[in-house]
Amino acid sequence: MAALTHLGLAEARDLLDKGEVSSKELTEAHVAAVEAARELNAFITETPEKAVAMAEASDARRSKDEAGPLDGLPLAIKDLYCTEGVLTTAGSHILEGFKPTYESTVTSQLWRDGAVMLGKVNLDEFAMGSSNMTSHYGGVENPWKRAGDNRKLVPGGSSGGSASAVAARIALGATGTDTGGSIRQPASFTGITGLKPTYGRCSRWGIVAFASSLDQAGPMARSVRDCAILLRSMAGHDPKDSTSVDRPVPNYEQALTGDVRGLKIGVPKEYRVDGMSDEIEKLWQQGCDWLTAAGAEVVEVTLPHTHYALPTYYIIAPAEASSNLARYDGVRYGLRIEGEGSLDSMYETTRGEGFGDEVIRRVLIGTYVLSAGYYDAYYNKARQVRSLIAKDFAEAFAEVDAILTPTAPSAAFAMGENMDDPLAMYLNDVFTVPASLAGLPGVSIPAGLSSEGLPLGLQLLGRAFDEETVIRVAGVLEEAAAFDHLPAYVTEG
Amino acid sequence: MSVDKDTVERIAKLARIRLKEEQKEPLAKELSNILGWVEQLSQLDTEGVPPMTSVVEMRIPLRKDEVSDGGYPDKVTANAPEASHGFYVVPKVVE
Repeated sequence: MAALTHLGLAEARDLLDKGEVSSKELTEAHVAAVEAARELNAFITETPEKAVAMAEASDARRSKDEAGPLDGLPLAIKDLYCTEGVLTTAGSHILEGFKPTYESTVTSQLWRDGAVMLGKVNLDEFAMGSSNMTSHYGGVENPWKRAGDNRKLVPGGSSGGSASAVAARIALGATGTDTGGSIRQPASFTGITGLKPTYGRCSRWGIVAFASSLDQAGPMARSVRDCAILLRSMAGHDPKDSTSVDRPVPNYEQALTGDVRGLKIGVPKEYRVDGMSDEIEKLWQQGCDWLTAAGAEVVEVTLPHTHYALPTYYIIAPAEASSNLARYDGVRYGLRIEGEGSLDSMYETTRGEGFGDEVIRRVLIGTYVLSAGYYDAYYNKARQVRSLIAKDFAEAFAEVDAILTPTAPSAAFAMGENMDDPLAMYLNDVFTVPASLAGLPGVSIPAGLSSEGLPLGLQLLGRAFDEETVIRVAGVLEEAAAFDHLPAYVTEG
Repeated sequence: MSVDKDTVERIAKLARIRLKEEQKEPLAKELSNILGWVEQLSQLDTEGVPPMTSVVEMRIPLRKDEVSDGGYPDKVTANAPEASHGFYVVPKVVE
C-alpha cells in the first residue's frame, strides 16, 4: 500500500470501507504530515487533537455500520469558514482571537457526513488576492519549484493554504471559496483539481463574506472524482442563506461516465488574449484535441464582453466588500484599538490597524464607487455590463454543453513577483472572473507542465447547476492528460 | 479618474479607516490607476440594459415573519472585545 498520505480521497474511502485501514491510522498519518510541513505555512491553526477524536468517533461509527459518505477522511478547512470553538481568522488581524459560537453550514455538512478536520488553512486576507501574500499570517509556499531554481513560489490565491496542503499530500482534500477565481487559480498553480459550483449550489452561511453576489464554496482535491465526492456533501439548500437554491443534490460521482461522445465543447475566441504564452496556447489546443479524440465536437464560440469582465469585477467585488466589511468595527468581534476615546476614533483606529493594504485598497475603491455622485457611473454601469456578460454565456450555452479555456495566464510566480502593482496582480483572474460574474460552475484540472516544470491548468465551464456535465468532461480530460507529476516538496522532501 | 490625497482622506473617513500619513499618497496613485482602468466600461453602450440584480434566476424565498432563533445574548457577545450583561460595551457616545 502506498503511504497513507498519497492516497486519493476516493481510494482512502474505499480502503476504509473494506476495513483495510482505520480512520485513526489515516488521520494520524496526516496529522504527522501537517506537522512536518510547517515550513509551507499552509495552516493557520492545526487541530490535531480534534482530528484524532473525530477519527476515533468515525471508527466507532463504522464498526456499527453507520458510516457516512465522507466518514473518517481528513480534510483541511479554509480559514474563511466559521468553525465552532476553533479560531477563525479570515487571514486578517482584525479577527484576532475570533472563536465562532456556530458552525458554517458547509462544514457542518462535512462533519455530518463523517469527515475529520485537520485544521484551518491560510488564505489571502478576507480572500482578497491571487497569491496568498496578503494574509496577516504570512505567505504560503507552493510545494512546487521551478526546475533548477530554488526560489519559493506562491500557491496562488485566495485559497492558497488549501491548494498547498492538498498538493503537498498533507490533506486528502480541502474546502476553498471562489469569488473571482480563488479555487481555480490556486488549483492550477499547484497541480490539483478545484471546483467552483454554481452560485447558490452551496450555502454561504457561516462563511466570512467578501462579495456576497460572487462568493461560492467548493472542493479542492487531487482528482475530479475526489472533488465530486466532496461537492455532494458540501452542496444543498439552506434556509439560512436565501440565495442557496432548493434543488436536489445529485450523486456527482455518478456523473463520471467517461463518455463525452456527442457533446459540444466551446472554445471562446476572446480568451486568446494578447501576449498569451505559447505553452498555454499549446496546452489549450492539446485539451481540444483530447476531447475531440474522445468523441466530443469542439467548436469556436464568442463571448463578446469578455474584455470587460475584469473591470466589472473590480467595481462589483470591492463595492460589496466595502459593505460586508463594515461589520468589523471593534465592537462585535476580534480586535479593538481604543483611539482617542470617541466611538468614531475607535472605529477608525481599529480598522486602520486591523486591515492590511489590499483590504484597505478594496474597501476604499468600494466606498468610492458607491459614494454619492458616482454610484450610477460605476456601480450601476458594472451591474449592466454584468448582465451582458451573463447573456454572452447564455447564448454560448445554447450552442455548446461546456466551455474549455486555460485557467490562468501563467504558471505560479515567485513570492515577491507581481507585488508592487495591484493591477498586474488582478490580471491573474482574467480567465476565471467572467464565469464568476455569470454565477456559472467551473473546474480547473492539471493538464501539463510548463517549460519550467510547473503545473498548468485547464478550465471547464458549464451551464448553471450543470456541475454534472462539467465533472463528466473534466473526468475525460483528466484521464487523457494523465497528470502524475509530483511537486518538489513531495519528491525531495 | 484621478484621485488626489484629499479624496483619499474623504473616502477613508467615510469608510472609517484611519490612514497613516505615509499611506495616503501611494493610495491616491493606486486608486487613480485602478479607477482609470475600470473607466473603460464607459466605452460600452449599455442603454436599456437592465442591471443584474440576481445571479441565478430565482425568486426570493419568503418565510413567516416570526422569531425563529435567538435568546442567547451571551453567545452573541462572546467574541466582543468588551461586553457586559448581554450588551456590547462601546466608548461613551453621549456626554
